[in-house]
Amino acid sequence: MDAGNEANIGFDEVRARAIIAKHAVLQGATLPILHALQHEFGYIDRRATPLIADALNLSRAEVHGTVSFYHDFKSAPGGKHTLKICRAEACQSMGVDKLVERLELMHRLKVGETSPDGGLTIEAVYCLGNCALSPAALLDGEPVGRLDSAAIDDIVTRHAGARA
Amino acid sequence: MNARVFVSRDSAAISVGANKVADAIRDEAGKRGVDVEIVRVGSRGMLWLEPLVEVETERGRVAYGPVKPGDAAGLFEAGFLRGAPHPLGHGETDEMDWMKRQQRLTFARCGVIDPLLIAEYRAHGGFAGLEKAARMPPADIVEMVTASGLRGRGGAGFPTGVKWRTVLGAPADQKYVVCNADEGDSGTFADRMLMEGDPFTLIEGMSIAGLAVGATKGFVYIRSEYPHAFATMEKAIAVARGAGLLGANVAGSGRAFDMEARLGAGAYICGEETSLLESLEGRRGQVRAKPPLPAIKGLFGKPTIINNVLSFAACPWILTHGAEAYADYGLGRSKGTQPFQLAGNIKRGGLVELALGATIRQLVEDFGGGTHSGRPLRAVQVGGPLGAYFPDKLLDTPLGYEEMLAAKGMLGHGGVVVFDAAVDLAKQARFAMEFCAIESCGKCTPCRIGSTRGVETIDNIVAGGERGKNREVLDDLLQLMTDGSLCALGGLTPIPVVSALTHFPEDFEKPAGLRLAAE
Repeated sequence: MDAGNEANIGFDEVRARAIIAKHAVLQGATLPILHALQHEFGYIDRRATPLIADALNLSRAEVHGTVSFYHDFKSAPGGKHTLKICRAEACQSMGVDKLVERLELMHRLKVGETSPDGGLTIEAVYCLGNCALSPAALLDGEPVGRLDSAAIDDIVTRHAGARA
Repeated sequence: MNARVFVSRDSAAISVGANKVADAIRDEAGKRGVDVEIVRVGSRGMLWLEPLVEVETERGRVAYGPVKPGDAAGLFEAGFLRGAPHPLGHGETDEMDWMKRQQRLTFARCGVIDPLLIAEYRAHGGFAGLEKAARMPPADIVEMVTASGLRGRGGAGFPTGVKWRTVLGAPADQKYVVCNADEGDSGTFADRMLMEGDPFTLIEGMSIAGLAVGATKGFVYIRSEYPHAFATMEKAIAVARGAGLLGANVAGSGRAFDMEARLGAGAYICGEETSLLESLEGRRGQVRAKPPLPAIKGLFGKPTIINNVLSFAACPWILTHGAEAYADYGLGRSKGTQPFQLAGNIKRGGLVELALGATIRQLVEDFGGGTHSGRPLRAVQVGGPLGAYFPDKLLDTPLGYEEMLAAKGMLGHGGVVVFDAAVDLAKQARFAMEFCAIESCGKCTPCRIGSTRGVETIDNIVAGGERGKNREVLDDLLQLMTDGSLCALGGLTPIPVVSALTHFPEDFEKPAGLRLAAE
């Protein structure tokens, strides 16, 4: 997963330093900094770890420990679009497992992976708080309720269309 | 005359097209040259009717739903701006059976007011509780919350006033108020709805807590799966600060309280209070051993009130109307109301606020109208992923803290998830263990390793290999996790598993055709 990370051109140390400095004044600044970095670059580059450690007077191990603990923080950039599908109980009761199966069998897209054209990343989440209109998803942060196979097909066609 | 139309901005409503409906109504009004003001409100909680469109009339608001963008022209044609009948019409919202039978204290304003307009909040009784608290000695505020019988709505059910009293009595140069808005339980969305639909209620509740214990700083920790709630909360905090309701002189009390919204990062365990504190401090969300209690040594080592969104949000009502008025609702030691959330395979899902003590059946049948699929109901999980699965014969169990414990379940955060006949309870039991394995913080062995062993053992049982012996292993494991885990995640994961084994044993005893054939 880390292979190629170093070579990623998205990271910019000057911008990273500015973001870190901006948030370092907050109490418990680590998570706000990580969110801001991920928002800017789409992932948390390993080269940010010593910068954060330095700014907050922490060890690199402490910072790495925090980054690696949370599901949100990615070690590599994802696809252009992200579909987060809820796989928790309420959505299970409305058949989300069948939709995930459809993604895998029909569209050859697996949860946790990105389409070959880099267009669409599929992630599993556990509850989006839209449990009365299950199955629920977030497409690039926008809520989708009553997800069905037609909606899944449409999302894949629009965002992972260039798949080989 | 300027007609007022209300369309929800709640993310559940948006998920089924509320923004498009609002646009369609605006466009249609433009085409017809009619002056229409579209107010974006929170949700009334009738999620099966979203996108819900309401119109202000002399009789009160009249409801239409679920509305599709293509319905806009027909609604205008029928005269919906006057509240005229239409196939999607439900009459006056407040007279609808589903609304009328509720006891909305905490959610009285949600779906009614513009969530970010302080003037509307005030006009609907907002800030009366805080203004009263501003004139009271701290100990009296704590006493009032204690007398109301309010218990932690996050699930643990610990008396809120007792927690506050401990913080009040702890000497310190700095104290904190932390709101747990890491609403991770599947089937729950009350915190989200309140933060999106009536955020000032939470701000008011946290400010009251601050005044009650002498805390000057608050944090609301919101899960990252709720981007809309986070955005609304941030805006509401800025508005409240601008209006002098947060800051150096809260509501004229001469005392200071201010707050910040913070974003979680996708970790269920951060709904556990000590993990949440670790996360706020910038570390891995690993559980702390207790004692010391957060009330003595909490955020940054200082005395800290940490409560759920719904606990804080109940306080303005309690301060305004009095402890006794609140305690008049409820059953036994479960006082007040609970915003229940009706979810999953349900015909009419949404938010139902009722006095504690309502039965599961009342919710699922009277309000919910049975399953969404139309197939028979088979199981109802109450209280999130750590709650029990109940069969039909236990649906008359009252939803109160002690009553749910007696039924070997728990009330949790008031989520009620319905499953139809297609559910396989062995699969659900396995998922409970799998979820625990995914979300375990890793600090204690019973949770970290026990959950993975649980998945394997349930797999073995389902596959039919030495069922008797594997069942012994599983029972032993469940007991160990219950007794030996550091927090509720490992400690309560056995609840759904045991309930599935007890009430639905047949799902674990199916002939294991494939596995046996392969051997």
